[in-house]
Amino acid sequence: MDLILEGIKKAFLLLITLDPEVMGITLLSLEVSGTATLISLLIGISTGTAVALSEFPGRKILVSLINTGMGLPPVVVGLFVTIFLWRNGPLGFLEVLYTPTAMIIAQAIIATPIVMGISLAAIQALPKNLRLQILALGATRLQMVWILIKEAKLPLLAGVMAGFGGVISEVGASIMVGGNIRGYSRVLTTATVMETSRGNFDIAIALGIILLLMAYFINLVLTQIQQRERPR
Amino acid sequence: MNGSQSILEAKDLQVTKAGALVLDIPALTVEGREILSLIGPNGAGKTTLLQTLACLIKPSRGEFFFKGQKVSSNHSFLEYRRRVAMVFQEPLLFDTTVFENVGSGLRIRGMKGPQIREIVNENLERFGILHLFHRSARKISGGEAQRVALARAFATRPEVLLLDEPFSSLDPPTRESLLVDLESILRETKTTTLVATHDRMEALRLSDRIAMMNKGRILQVGPPAEVMNQPLDEFVASFVGVETILPGQVIKKDEGSFVASIMGQEVEAVGEVELGESVVFCIRPENVTLAVHHSKESSSARNVFPGRIVKIIPLGLYHKVQLDCGFPLVSYITGHSLENLSLREGKEVFASFKATSIHVVRRSLRQRLS
Amino acid sequence: MKKGTLGWTIVLLVILGGIPINAQQKNIILATTTSTQDSGLLDVLIPIFEKQTGYFVKTITVGSGQAMAMGQKGEADVLLVHSPDAEKKFVADGYGIHRRLVMHNDYIVVGPAEDPAKIKGMKSTPTVFKKIASAGSLFLSRGDNSGTHSKEKAIWKASGINPEDQKWYQQTGLGMGQTLNVSSEKNGYTLADRGTYLALKKNLSLDILMEGDAILLNIYHVIEVNPSKWPKVNAAGAKAFADFMVSKEAQEVIKTFGVDKFGSPLFFPDAGRKEGDLGK
Repeated sequence: MDLILEGIKKAFLLLITLDPEVMGITLLSLEVSGTATLISLLIGISTGTAVALSEFPGRKILVSLINTGMGLPPVVVGLFVTIFLWRNGPLGFLEVLYTPTAMIIAQAIIATPIVMGISLAAIQALPKNLRLQILALGATRLQMVWILIKEAKLPLLAGVMAGFGGVISEVGASIMVGGNIRGYSRVLTTATVMETSRGNFDIAIALGIILLLMAYFINLVLTQIQQRERPR
Repeated sequence: MNGSQSILEAKDLQVTKAGALVLDIPALTVEGREILSLIGPNGAGKTTLLQTLACLIKPSRGEFFFKGQKVSSNHSFLEYRRRVAMVFQEPLLFDTTVFENVGSGLRIRGMKGPQIREIVNENLERFGILHLFHRSARKISGGEAQRVALARAFATRPEVLLLDEPFSSLDPPTRESLLVDLESILRETKTTTLVATHDRMEALRLSDRIAMMNKGRILQVGPPAEVMNQPLDEFVASFVGVETILPGQVIKKDEGSFVASIMGQEVEAVGEVELGESVVFCIRPENVTLAVHHSKESSSARNVFPGRIVKIIPLGLYHKVQLDCGFPLVSYITGHSLENLSLREGKEVFASFKATSIHVVRRSLRQRLS
Repeated sequence: MKKGTLGWTIVLLVILGGIPINAQQKNIILATTTSTQDSGLLDVLIPIFEKQTGYFVKTITVGSGQAMAMGQKGEADVLLVHSPDAEKKFVADGYGIHRRLVMHNDYIVVGPAEDPAKIKGMKSTPTVFKKIASAGSLFLSRGDNSGTHSKEKAIWKASGINPEDQKWYQQTGLGMGQTLNVSSEKNGYTLADRGTYLALKKNLSLDILMEGDAILLNIYHVIEVNPSKWPKVNAAGAKAFADFMVSKEAQEVIKTFGVDKFGSPLFFPDAGRKEGDLGK
């Protein structure tokens, strides 16, 4: 119990004194997971919407693939990305292994199916004739898609939050492709694991608390957007 | 005065769904400023026809023309869709304010704020929902929502309006109030309209012509009186109902009762009307009595008309007698009475019905088509 | 779908934008072990090296086994490991060159103060292990092919006992620090490097029960990955790092590292010496 109290004290200290290493780690976490979530948002919502609105043979198979992708084990993703990015691997020439970029790639691969699957369901849940009504109002196909996305704002943002939650807390793939290099590719989750294995439990708990606080504030903002009643 | 041209023309229009032919219209013309009702049972193809004419469904065969121009390429599709408007059975409003909803069609066309405001307010007022402009679309009643949907459609100043059973999800009093308002708005804006409905009375009140549909085909099309009084086949007959439909104009008015001129004959009925108003009388056949001789004192019916029996159709328990009294009239007679009066086709009889038995439908003062 | 193409373009831009402008030549991938990293020694040495040479060292912390596997695949430039037998094979197979002695520390056997197997005071480690086995006392192994694990296996071999599948023998698969914590929680014996033990001592309820035996020496070598096998290896960088590790400056740092914190140094610098001379 006092270990946890020690941790809380430590977290407070680190934050108040703006400990540079911790700040750096926190900022990097935000950068990496934020970018990955942004990528997953763009690809996920657009693809999910496209599949939701289209009909083609084999669609059901594609949808079940997407749904399976939502549960993709992050560690497996990390392993495959590592193998691809190895110097002697097919994408070795990019030279991005053990960099934050590789972490963004891995996290984007983890988050995208989540956002895609939820977007797919969200768009499908809209009233069947809404799409036609929007077209009947004279919208171009692009305008129609945009309006549908706005109408499904609630579940879509839930999907984005799910994607973000999945990657901000991810550690296995991040260690594998990032290398947990001090001051370079170390993020809150990987630092927590390292401190734990070193036995520095107070620091580990502190980092965990900071991670929770950060995740909370981000989701607070997203929830505000999600739940806001359209004024005017 | 025939000042209109055909606005919509469909040729060999066919729509297939999952291998089955769900719409098959060899020809259909819609005149400018006309209100055409589509009636028929569920699955008759009314929605399919409307959605095809709204350019929301691609026909598998055939084509249609808007003001003489063929609607084909992708570009003309969008252009066309911006000149027509469609309202569905459910209001399908957006999750925002009533104001935003009504202006959405204008926003889609790239119109700017002040302009939008003006048009939106005009239409909110038109439909009597100005007081709701800031309300969230999620927090209004069903009737209000449908008004918003209609206002939204009208705001885009469509040249053709397509309504798919717009009142069927409303309760009768709401339906009635909205129908009255819509009627007068259509009259005022002179908008060419196609309405799908399965309520005969609605069709009767609103339309200049009725098209009866079944299994993707149009079985009969023509003025309401014609389709309802002279159904081409039994199916149409069973759908349009049994009443005789008689359109006329009010020429005399009294306390609670009035006289209308119907094809040159004066018919008395009960109701609150205005002089000169268009009305439609609906008379149930069982309320029409036949007599061979006429004596002014022997009945309290004010409406007695001499006529000739055109046809007698035995229907089991009773007989259907079609008469020509200067206007068509249908009466039901028991076999017993038939015998007693020695009725046969060609015979001259007197048909009478009470002024109180007439169901009066008030029609708006609308530009009559020739 | 227009939006999809836009999405892909952005992805590509982000990935390409993240590629370090510095050419591969500036990066060195150093594969080393958790115990080396956890001691904190590299956190002191590497910044000095980077400042001097301008190289950027990417320290990938894995077990000795995985470090050498990476070297075999050319995915690392230089190794800092402590698993002599495997290292010798590594070099013999042609994967590594210039294997040089850097430093050593020693392993110790720790366990609960009550010492149920009564091993305190014994002089030979294989015999100590035999005693723990016959007493059936709980023994925690890292079980992760790390240098520590290899050493432990060698001692079991020397003792003639096979601990696999025995009820008292548990493998954690974890790093040294965590394994020590588990041992402390469960009151078991374990083999640990002195450095990690000293660093965590205050949180552990374990005592040093066996030390000083020659077999317990933990010897660190730096090995450059053979560029002729894998041309993409940063040979110049690897050499520069290895040279640094055996340089006077680095060896001085190693000599004094840990003294102010723990009272005694965690490592003993050995550059230039012969392996056989150590411990004396």
